[in-house]
Amino acid sequence: MTQRAIRFWHRGSIVEVSDASPQRTVLQWLREDLHATGTKEACGEGDCGACTVVLGSRDESAPGGLRLEAANSCIQFLPTLDGKALFSVEDLASEGTLHPVQEAMVECHGSQCGFCTPGFIMSLWAHYENNRADRAAPTRDEITDTLSGNLCRCTGYRPIIEAAQTAWQKPCATMSRAPVRAVLDALAELPALEYANGTQTFFAPRSVDELATLYSAKPQAQLLAGSTDVGLWVTKQLRHLGDIIYLGKVKELAQISHNDKWIEIGAGVSLTDAFATLIADEAQWTELAQRFASVPIRNAGTLGGNVANGSPIGDSMPGLMALGTMVVLQQGAGIRELPLEELYLGYQKNALEPGEFVRALRIPRQSAQPKLFRTWKISKRRDQDIAAVCAAFALSLSNDNVVTSARIAFGGMAATPRRASAAEAALTGQALSEASIRAAMQALRSDYQPLDDMRASADYRMQVAQNLLWRLFLEHTTDTPLRVGEVMA
Amino acid sequence: MNAVEPQIGTPHEHTIGLSIEHESGVLHVSGMATYIDDIGEIAGTLHGAFGLSTCAHGRIVKMNLDAVRRAPGVVKVFTAQDIPGRNDCGPVIHDDPVLADGLVQFYGQPMFLVIADSHDAARRAARQAVVEYEALPAILTAQEAVAAESWVLPPVEVRRGDAETALAGAAHRLQGQVQLGGQEHFYLEGQVAYAMPREQDTMHVFSSTQHPTEMQQVVAHMLGWRSHQVSVECRRMGGGFGGKESQSAQIACAAALAAWKTGRPVKLRLDRDDDMSITGKRHDFHIEYDVGFDDSGLILGLKALLASRCGFSADLSGPVNDRAIFHIDNTYYLDAVTISSLRGKTNTVSNTAFRGFGGPQGMFAIEYIIEEIACKLGLDPLDVRRVNFYGDPAGDARTTTHYGMKVEDNIAPALVEQLAAESDYVLRRKAVAAFNASNSVLKKGLSLTPVKFGISFTATLYNQAGALVHVYADGTALVTQGGTEMGQGLYTKIRQIVAHEFGLPLDDIRMASTDTSSVPNTSATAASSGTDLNGKAAQAAAQTIRARLATFFANQHGLPVEAVHFADGMVSAGAYRVVFADLVIEAYRARIKLWDAGFYSTPKIHYDRHTMQGRPFFYFAYGAACAEVVIDTLTGESRVLRVDILHDVGKSINPAIDIGQIEGGFIQGMGWLTTEELWFRPAGAQQGRLMTHAPSTYKIPAASDCPPILNVKLYEGENVEDSIHRSKAVGEPPLMLAFAVFFALREACTASRGSIAPLQAPATAEAILRAIGQQT
Repeated sequence: MTQRAIRFWHRGSIVEVSDASPQRTVLQWLREDLHATGTKEACGEGDCGACTVVLGSRDESAPGGLRLEAANSCIQFLPTLDGKALFSVEDLASEGTLHPVQEAMVECHGSQCGFCTPGFIMSLWAHYENNRADRAAPTRDEITDTLSGNLCRCTGYRPIIEAAQTAWQKPCATMSRAPVRAVLDALAELPALEYANGTQTFFAPRSVDELATLYSAKPQAQLLAGSTDVGLWVTKQLRHLGDIIYLGKVKELAQISHNDKWIEIGAGVSLTDAFATLIADEAQWTELAQRFASVPIRNAGTLGGNVANGSPIGDSMPGLMALGTMVVLQQGAGIRELPLEELYLGYQKNALEPGEFVRALRIPRQSAQPKLFRTWKISKRRDQDIAAVCAAFALSLSNDNVVTSARIAFGGMAATPRRASAAEAALTGQALSEASIRAAMQALRSDYQPLDDMRASADYRMQVAQNLLWRLFLEHTTDTPLRVGEVMA
Repeated sequence: MNAVEPQIGTPHEHTIGLSIEHESGVLHVSGMATYIDDIGEIAGTLHGAFGLSTCAHGRIVKMNLDAVRRAPGVVKVFTAQDIPGRNDCGPVIHDDPVLADGLVQFYGQPMFLVIADSHDAARRAARQAVVEYEALPAILTAQEAVAAESWVLPPVEVRRGDAETALAGAAHRLQGQVQLGGQEHFYLEGQVAYAMPREQDTMHVFSSTQHPTEMQQVVAHMLGWRSHQVSVECRRMGGGFGGKESQSAQIACAAALAAWKTGRPVKLRLDRDDDMSITGKRHDFHIEYDVGFDDSGLILGLKALLASRCGFSADLSGPVNDRAIFHIDNTYYLDAVTISSLRGKTNTVSNTAFRGFGGPQGMFAIEYIIEEIACKLGLDPLDVRRVNFYGDPAGDARTTTHYGMKVEDNIAPALVEQLAAESDYVLRRKAVAAFNASNSVLKKGLSLTPVKFGISFTATLYNQAGALVHVYADGTALVTQGGTEMGQGLYTKIRQIVAHEFGLPLDDIRMASTDTSSVPNTSATAASSGTDLNGKAAQAAAQTIRARLATFFANQHGLPVEAVHFADGMVSAGAYRVVFADLVIEAYRARIKLWDAGFYSTPKIHYDRHTMQGRPFFYFAYGAACAEVVIDTLTGESRVLRVDILHDVGKSINPAIDIGQIEGGFIQGMGWLTTEELWFRPAGAQQGRLMTHAPSTYKIPAASDCPPILNVKLYEGENVEDSIHRSKAVGEPPLMLAFAVFFALREACTASRGSIAPLQAPATAEAILRAIGQQT
């Protein structure tokens, strides 16, 4: 790695930045340095979407080899733009003509105070760019999912949803991706980024060997992937991160591979891609994947980051634990595997050694050994919320309906995501029946002592955890609808 | 209306009643709309951040700010001692310090102000203070305040008839209580002010505020100045909802203090977490009732207690709680009634104006009671609503409110019948019952609730407005008026109103920033009154100018002025036609005044604030909603499936904007009553700290919460009063349409429980599960 400036594509040319703090956000750069104030700050934590921009990156599977994704500029650090393309709301209209998405938003009266509007426009534009050429106008569910990371307090959303559909009726105005891709190709020729400013250095190694060596040498450095949590350490806790090692450029960490026994998801794979892979193997991931944060957070955040972060309310871990996921760790040249549940030792404590990092997750394939699998998240709001309780169940059943193995895990019930060993024991070897389920529900009381907080009371958490076991039983034994998303007026 | 000049020359109907796009729509979608933080900064601009208390109630024993002063980039640190004038930013009562002086009264109260060379540096420095407190007992809830008789303002009681006797004689009687949560405004643009010191001891403040005049006054008082030394300007806000009526004052004052002391421009923009910790919210209420009724559900007597959490200071809690009293009738005649209103002083943020301004809380109480009655009698709640409606205004029976105002256009019954028919209420009630009979886990509910909301500031003096219209010599016009734009479409409607008077295309009319140096002594843009008041004022100004032009043109051609018409950019009379701009330049050359001011004060209103009797409202706005929901009795999660709304905006000036207000208000009300929960830490080291202080923990509705079926219609009709183009105010009333969602959820809970569910608001998943009791 050689020290050099940050370089990215913006408004048709390459921008070089060499005088900004490595933890300066993309939003700060836009608003304060470039004086491009169309992009707004309203929460500074990636929860409201007023700061949404679109990032372009090289991706052979994307149209024109350029992947375009919505991102929260308020929690993305400027050096992570290196080698990428940045689009903000000012960039859409050309020579005074609004983009169809903008035009539709005006016509449908989709803005009132207008402060959230640039963010909505960018989320809709990314969706338009990625779908307009070859897909029919989006369904309502597709639109609300696209907008899951954008809050509006004025309109109530109906006119915005309508605008998303109306944009499709206008002549196609997708951008030409080739020129951007060509610039990104040129930028990719640059050496791996090592960017120093003040007392901080930002490293973006490109191979896992480079990463392992670097992190062994600097075990105190902050690993950074999607920045969806670390970003808040800076914007909310005002922390100084010291040296930063960015995982977003490490080739091996971006890989997904399969064999007939397991799926291996590199620690740098985005939640968007990771969930697509998990859903392809087991459709029961779908609901959780949709309710996991929002589109821009899933684009930036990684499954490896969710696991390594180890929050007690991380949404992916119960499901991964229930399926028997192994976490692949690397330190220097040494690689070891741990069952995911053994990664967590206590609240914000894990089994990682200094200089050791999560390299990948190995998830046993459902197609290899099918189980009765469910994973559910319960929260105040359907989208973009943090779970009060997150549950996952994977039961193997014999032909005569006996539970031959049970793996049950919960988030929100303890200091870490954790398996429910008493409930598992209550089911294992028993016929799956009302009696055995009720015994497992009772056993949950010895598995967990949840806490009261602003998301839910301890009593509620326990009751819901128990009731979700009951729901599992009902889903297995009846055909009546059990989830609010399954019925209409 | 205040007589200006006679109505001369008929304007052509060509903009009023059309769905004109938002006047800033193109700017919004292209990122070109300028909010205060987007204004190009003057060289030398400094940035501020507040240092916040970490104690709910206590004396400041020691406040060591050395580390704050030493922090990188810090220019100056200010405390209460640095304030030259009055350390107060309260709108009514002077109990609202800009910076805490010796005593902190809630967790998160600003104690000092750091000024640094960047926003980031100021925020970092503000956390370096070392403060010691002598803790005092903290009162956190309305109920605790009632128990301790801790008030920001004295209790108020309003009575009509003899409720005791009516209750004693009623065939049925019910007592109960319910908790109704507060609400964070969550305007997307946080509080911000940018103050610029100018020559001769003057200050210009860009403030994101609904009330520029009050900002002008509090800044002047804080500096020990007079009003003509301060000007306040606001082009647009990124949302207000009542949260920038009085709450913008602390931010404007702090920025102005620092600007005056440093002699440099100072911007103070609150981080979201600070904003939510510092600024007031909708009052949460503890409601108790004792109601007597007959076999049909007709209410004979009612005693109600409305106790609110006001926070540490009075702010607007007096009028907010008054409006709760005024609205406890909603659309129903209450014969013998006693209402006690308690204004609890608590060690929490000072609660404030929020869309509906206490009205929603009063109306919620009566709707909750109606549902109780229906359940007790086994009646459809809609039937109980019907028997209690106000009577036919043509007669005298059951037409006067408990505060002595006659309900002169009682359209609620007709509106409700229309909605019941159009939403298939009866058939769908049956379908819901059938669904519930065959589903044990999922339960549905359906509810239809009405709204009647009084329009005018209850403090009569605020019902006045001014505007300036300039016609320039090239025939274009600039309009400045006292109302502020927070997204509600005020500027759009006023532009339509003025364009209409001149018969000009909209492009020829431009709206200028609201600025106290242009239009003085303005009222807050609040109480849904923005268009009613400022629209009339702008219309009056335009009519004055138009009359002069008409006279000039008529005289040129020896025709009567009544023959002059303004339409399609032309002025015509008889066979004569001239382009508006050509007439204007001629008039200019003839030395005719082409600009003028307009003024408006609402007629008919009066009210005695001691007896709380009179006609506080010019008129009422009505509406009704029918909502169908489903709940999951295992988790408490819910979903709104279909909503039908019929709402009365009189004769709409701009249907698209009015529908936008209706839908937005409805969804905001739905959030208040479902997912939006304020959670203050009840005890321990951070007692009193608001833990839901960011969107990660405070959940306003998201796109997927918008009902998949949402039918919104405007009720055909016009205002019986002479309002601007016979329209009706629309800002606040639709919020209460969301009651239909809450009561549909309650019906679903009741269906699961088998008896009336004690559902509390907000109906979070947890509240729903609690209301249905233990399951499985």
